[in-house]
Amino acid sequence: MTEFLQQLLNGISLGAILALIALGYTMVYGVLRFINFAHCDIFMVGAYVGYFVGRHVPEHTWWGGLIALVAAMLVCAALGVVIERLAYRPLRSAPTLNVLIAAIGVSLLLENLGQHFFGATPRAFPELFPVYTFQFGGNSGVVLYSNQLIVIALTLVLLFALRFVVLRTKIGTAMRALSLNRQAAALVGINNDLVIAATFALGSALAGAAGVLYALNYPSIDPLMGVLPGLKAFVAAVVGGIGSIPGAALGGLLLGTVETFVNGSEWSTYKDAIAFGLLILILIFRPAGLLGRNIREKV
Amino acid sequence: MNPPDASRALPRPALALVAALAAAWIVSHFSDRFDPYYLDVAVGAGINVILAVSLNLINGTTGQFSLGHAGFMAVGAYIAAAVTMLAGPSLVGADGGTSGQQSLLFLGALAAAGLAAAIAGLLVGLPSLRLRGDYLAIVTLGFGEIIRVIFQNIDALGGAMGLNGIPAYTTIFWVLAVAAVTVFVVTCLVRSTYGRGFIAVHDDEIAAEAIGLRTTRYKIVAFVVGAFFAGVAGGLYGHFKQTISPTGFDFTKSIEIVVMVILGGMGNTAGVILAAILLTVLPEVLRPVAEYRMILYSVVLIVLMLVRPQGLFNFRRPGNRP
Repeated sequence: MTEFLQQLLNGISLGAILALIALGYTMVYGVLRFINFAHCDIFMVGAYVGYFVGRHVPEHTWWGGLIALVAAMLVCAALGVVIERLAYRPLRSAPTLNVLIAAIGVSLLLENLGQHFFGATPRAFPELFPVYTFQFGGNSGVVLYSNQLIVIALTLVLLFALRFVVLRTKIGTAMRALSLNRQAAALVGINNDLVIAATFALGSALAGAAGVLYALNYPSIDPLMGVLPGLKAFVAAVVGGIGSIPGAALGGLLLGTVETFVNGSEWSTYKDAIAFGLLILILIFRPAGLLGRNIREKV
Repeated sequence: MNPPDASRALPRPALALVAALAAAWIVSHFSDRFDPYYLDVAVGAGINVILAVSLNLINGTTGQFSLGHAGFMAVGAYIAAAVTMLAGPSLVGADGGTSGQQSLLFLGALAAAGLAAAIAGLLVGLPSLRLRGDYLAIVTLGFGEIIRVIFQNIDALGGAMGLNGIPAYTTIFWVLAVAAVTVFVVTCLVRSTYGRGFIAVHDDEIAAEAIGLRTTRYKIVAFVVGAFFAGVAGGLYGHFKQTISPTGFDFTKSIEIVVMVILGGMGNTAGVILAAILLTVLPEVLRPVAEYRMILYSVVLIVLMLVRPQGLFNFRRPGNRP
């Protein structure tokens, strides 16, 4: 029972990070209908921004950690907007495959620039926030690290902030309008370019935050660190129903928990295959995802 | 989207096949006169041609975006290595047998590699080809990764360490011959009456279905044929490098093959062959600036999509078809 609770806790904290990344995939897919392959590398950039800022602020302080987090979010938001402007906007009326290939190109570019400037060797991530360890139920009981709590709490805060932006603000309403019908949105006077840029900024900021939070829990960062979490987060977005924000959060939690339990069992060497196995099952039995809407194809 | 068509690129494929096989035979007789380095590059280029042409049938001609080609290559590489290393000694003797016996053994290993990869292609294709576009891309990517993780967990095949000491059966003759056969089979398939179905599926799936084509079956046939040749290429690769490991067949390898197809122009066999050769030779030429190679590579990919999405070697204008 203790072990079950421990694994559940670890799973939720991993799932929270996956959910943050998945939100970016799902938002971009919602408005532009393509997989932003470069999203996982924006996550990596976020971790590096956290690393470089983290070296200039004192460790184990709340304000230092928050500065690093906010810096990562801002840099990633700017990066997302720049990528959209340079690589995706000229392709907006091109076939999906071309955009997909361009996205793969951007992803490779970020990874290789990362390897060029940061070096391929992993770096140790600083301990940004104060570290506490909580023990429940005696020495063999459940262990809870403050970093895990921070991850879960910050994810909840960001999730509600995003929900507020999307549901209650003007730009959020415009995003939803765009995801329903881009042309109709343009007809009623919504500036498509602006809204798409804002979507990229929001999604990339969340990826940046996820990068810092991930590095807090797995404190070794390298330029290819985004690839696997990125793929898994994308799977989480599809499992939850791509285009749906609660779906992405649910998918992330589900995937994080399942993977953590598999990792603790004798099947641990298969953990990287679990996400894809789950994806294939979902797409066969419920192609729209758990919370997605089924859209009938029209000729 | 550019029209996928191979009929103009290679006139008289049967003649071309015989000529290519003869050329391969002649080249192999003079192979000891060439610098081994150039031979190695040529073998690598040949293997990439097989991979790119087989993926082109799926991604270009049939228009199904697969990102898992390296998975099928892995199946082929492992099965072929297993045949020559595990079954080989009992079939041709521990000393390696005569060269004729070795050739037969290698031929059998390559056939087994292709068949195993084709079966894997069928198993992957059946569930995933119901999906389209980017969903299909991500599912094939997932299957490629699953195949890799499975090989990582088979201890008899070396597990995560991979297999070492695979006999060096791959010669320039084998590579050129298999490449010629691949191009021949794919070209004939696409030019045949049946092959028009692939193009129909590519152009408009709904219209193809409306005129009575079984689109799913066409997609699966393309997938299985493509996987077969990817498996054979994997077999050649393993017996060329003499060592294989699961990490050599990851997502990056699949992307590499996809880039060859895109650079050559989706559906344009001749262009894809050129692109595969170019992308094998270019890294060798760029060795002095190796650190910038991958950066350059990704920039080229983005710029290509922005200014020349039909591929570098596709000179026909869209809509201009026979």
